[in-house]
Amino acid sequence: MSEDKPTVKTLPIAGIIFEPGSSRKYYTGSFRNQRPVLDAKLCTKCGMCWVYCPDAAIFINQEGMYEIDLRYCKGCGICAEVCARKAIKMVDEEE
Amino acid sequence: MRRIAIECAHAASLAVKLANVDVIAAYPITPQTHIVERLAEYVASGELDAEYINVESEHSAMSACIGASAAGARVYTSTAGQGLALMHEMLFIAAGNRLPIVMGVANRCLSPNLNIWGDHSDMMASRDCGWIQIYAENAQEIFDHTLQAFKIAEDERVLLPVAVCFDGFHVTHVIEPLIALDQEEVDRFLPKHRKAIYRLTPDQPSTWGPVGIPDIQTELKVQNELALNASKKVILEVWREFGDLFGRYYAPLETYRVEDAEAAIIIAGGFAGTGRMAVDKMREEGKKIGLIKLRLYRPFPIQEIKEVLSGIRAVAVVDRAISAGGLGGPIYGDLRNILYDEMDRPAILSFIAGLGGRDITVKDFIRIGERALKAVSKEEVGHKVEFIQARM
Amino acid sequence: MSWQAFKSIKDIPLEEYFTPGHRACQGCGETITVRLVLKAAGPNVIVVTATGCLEVVSSPYPYTSWAVPWYHVAFENAAAVASGIEAALKVLMRKKVIPEKKIHVVCFAGDGGTADIGFQALSGALERGHDFLYVCLDNEAYMNTGIQRSGSTPYGAWTTTSPPGKVRPAGQMTFKKDLPAIVAAHGIPYVATATVAYPLDLINKAKKGLEVNGPAYLHVYTPCPPGWRFPSEKTIEVSRVGVQTGVFILYEVENGQFRLTVKPARRKPVIEYLKMQGRFRHLSEKDIELIQRYVDERCSKYGLPPVEASTT
Repeated sequence: MSEDKPTVKTLPIAGIIFEPGSSRKYYTGSFRNQRPVLDAKLCTKCGMCWVYCPDAAIFINQEGMYEIDLRYCKGCGICAEVCARKAIKMVDEEE
Repeated sequence: MRRIAIECAHAASLAVKLANVDVIAAYPITPQTHIVERLAEYVASGELDAEYINVESEHSAMSACIGASAAGARVYTSTAGQGLALMHEMLFIAAGNRLPIVMGVANRCLSPNLNIWGDHSDMMASRDCGWIQIYAENAQEIFDHTLQAFKIAEDERVLLPVAVCFDGFHVTHVIEPLIALDQEEVDRFLPKHRKAIYRLTPDQPSTWGPVGIPDIQTELKVQNELALNASKKVILEVWREFGDLFGRYYAPLETYRVEDAEAAIIIAGGFAGTGRMAVDKMREEGKKIGLIKLRLYRPFPIQEIKEVLSGIRAVAVVDRAISAGGLGGPIYGDLRNILYDEMDRPAILSFIAGLGGRDITVKDFIRIGERALKAVSKEEVGHKVEFIQARM
Repeated sequence: MSWQAFKSIKDIPLEEYFTPGHRACQGCGETITVRLVLKAAGPNVIVVTATGCLEVVSSPYPYTSWAVPWYHVAFENAAAVASGIEAALKVLMRKKVIPEKKIHVVCFAGDGGTADIGFQALSGALERGHDFLYVCLDNEAYMNTGIQRSGSTPYGAWTTTSPPGKVRPAGQMTFKKDLPAIVAAHGIPYVATATVAYPLDLINKAKKGLEVNGPAYLHVYTPCPPGWRFPSEKTIEVSRVGVQTGVFILYEVENGQFRLTVKPARRKPVIEYLKMQGRFRHLSEKDIELIQRYVDERCSKYGLPPVEASTT
């Protein structure tokens, strides 16, 4: 927690987390050693990468294209593996 | 209001029915089974509109209560002995998650050996679970305290579960007079439905029971302990309100002939009745002894105990349980703890009696009373645990 | 059927009720499953999760991946807690304390929390007929505590508490509990098995289970890269080969009626599945034959084709 730590007075009752989906504030992208690169020209928008991503890190952007949210992508490689067109390639994460 | 004769266990069921409970988790174990049996009849006949879950163990009983309470329901279960021990881990969660569950505990001896009869070892073994713990002596107190328990538990300032304890068999199975309130009277005291501020609902999704990392766990535990301590204020308020409405006032301690006493016997639960008979006998002989019944056990009534005991030179604590490892009885230990710093502290003696259903007789109480009086004249002082009924 | 089955990936709702930012391992099979089941359930759901990987990765204070109401109580009682919630919702709506609305109750528990420590609570809840969906995420061991065997660990699997050695050469020396069959014996309205490689099959079964009136049970085989010892990108392939070899049999039992939902046209030999995972590396030829016989027996019972001759 980077903000001020809760005190006995400020800690929400019973240790409940009242903000649904607050994990969006935690960027798990730091987990990865390799990152997926999606070639939009090869993508047929079948949606398989989106369905199989364990981290829901693939989404449809405003242009209607599938895009990988690198804030959360852990680089597991499932999307590259399941893509029938090999439109996704895993490349080493640069420092 | 009407005066009826009722089995003490059924007095609990009656109170639960009048409290318009929503969910009951039921599992049989002697000597509380009569409570859930009567509740089953109420639900089956339609007299009580509630979901009655025939759970498959006491651990699941408390688990189901926890789920139902978190979803906003008014919830009750009852258990005893091994059953209470089996739900031990769940007790901490019920209190830690601030759930206003009410539970009847028909105090029963913990195995081994298998013993269905009464003593306090069950609740005492779980006394640190964070629940409010109240000891009832008879049908009237079981009835009144159970009704009060819902009001106390559900108070916004409390939100903690309450255990109403009563001695197995010696209390649960006797038929006693009860001034039973009717539904209209109860409705003046207890709201018909619980107003659950925090609950599981899709309208406001929340996450309950997350991983409590070290960074916040201390704050959570301390917060809950402070809440338990602060609940005493509400308990006293509710007891006052109940008294104003129905004429029966309750306090954390109930004293008997202590006004000029030099010595006192302290005990929780039904055997206080026998203790009073012994006090009367000793008073006939001019002995200055009284009896203090401990009603509110957790949060411990520290202030009240200090006030009542000022002027008393010796206290005999009668525990129906052993705090294993040389420390005597649990109530004895608590008392020594809080009186240690008092300038004018009495001699405190530990007596273990009434284990596993053994009757504590007037004679036993007289023996205990005599020891306490001896301690007044400093004849017997110091930490000594007396297993007063054991054939050594 | 008053609801529409999901016919293609495009039918699956985009809304995420299990949000990114959770701490699951790369390639975790459980989280894929949870995303899909929650999409089938929608927002009107209350979820109970037993202690385990899912619960731990999804709720480190103050971060939660649950965008729906969620309760983690303990390890062995997800079904009992769910029973309480279901009963509460029922009576509170009946007493008009809360508005009448369909709110699903869903349990997620691992194989440990279902086959072992959670077995009693599950059995009780099923017998009592509560209206809820119980999803067992079967990664075949106690993974969150570092890969220990459970009652659902398959014969021949290495785990830290069933390591292969002279005395126990195969590692795990007994065959896994047939949980779906045991659950089906309770006579509940809907029981099904699924796995992540067949997402439409999975989500439709979840939907069916949710819509059914009474208890429903969905057993999902969720491969675990660190626990089964395979690279994280292979989760879906391991799951698929599991089905193609007949190790995972995907079926449903609807009011006592059995139906195979995925039937491989040809059944690959079990070695194709075993060789993908480091946890089976120590197996001897005899062990593999034994496993093949075991799988063959089950497959013939469930109506799958006989095994093809090995191509290796």
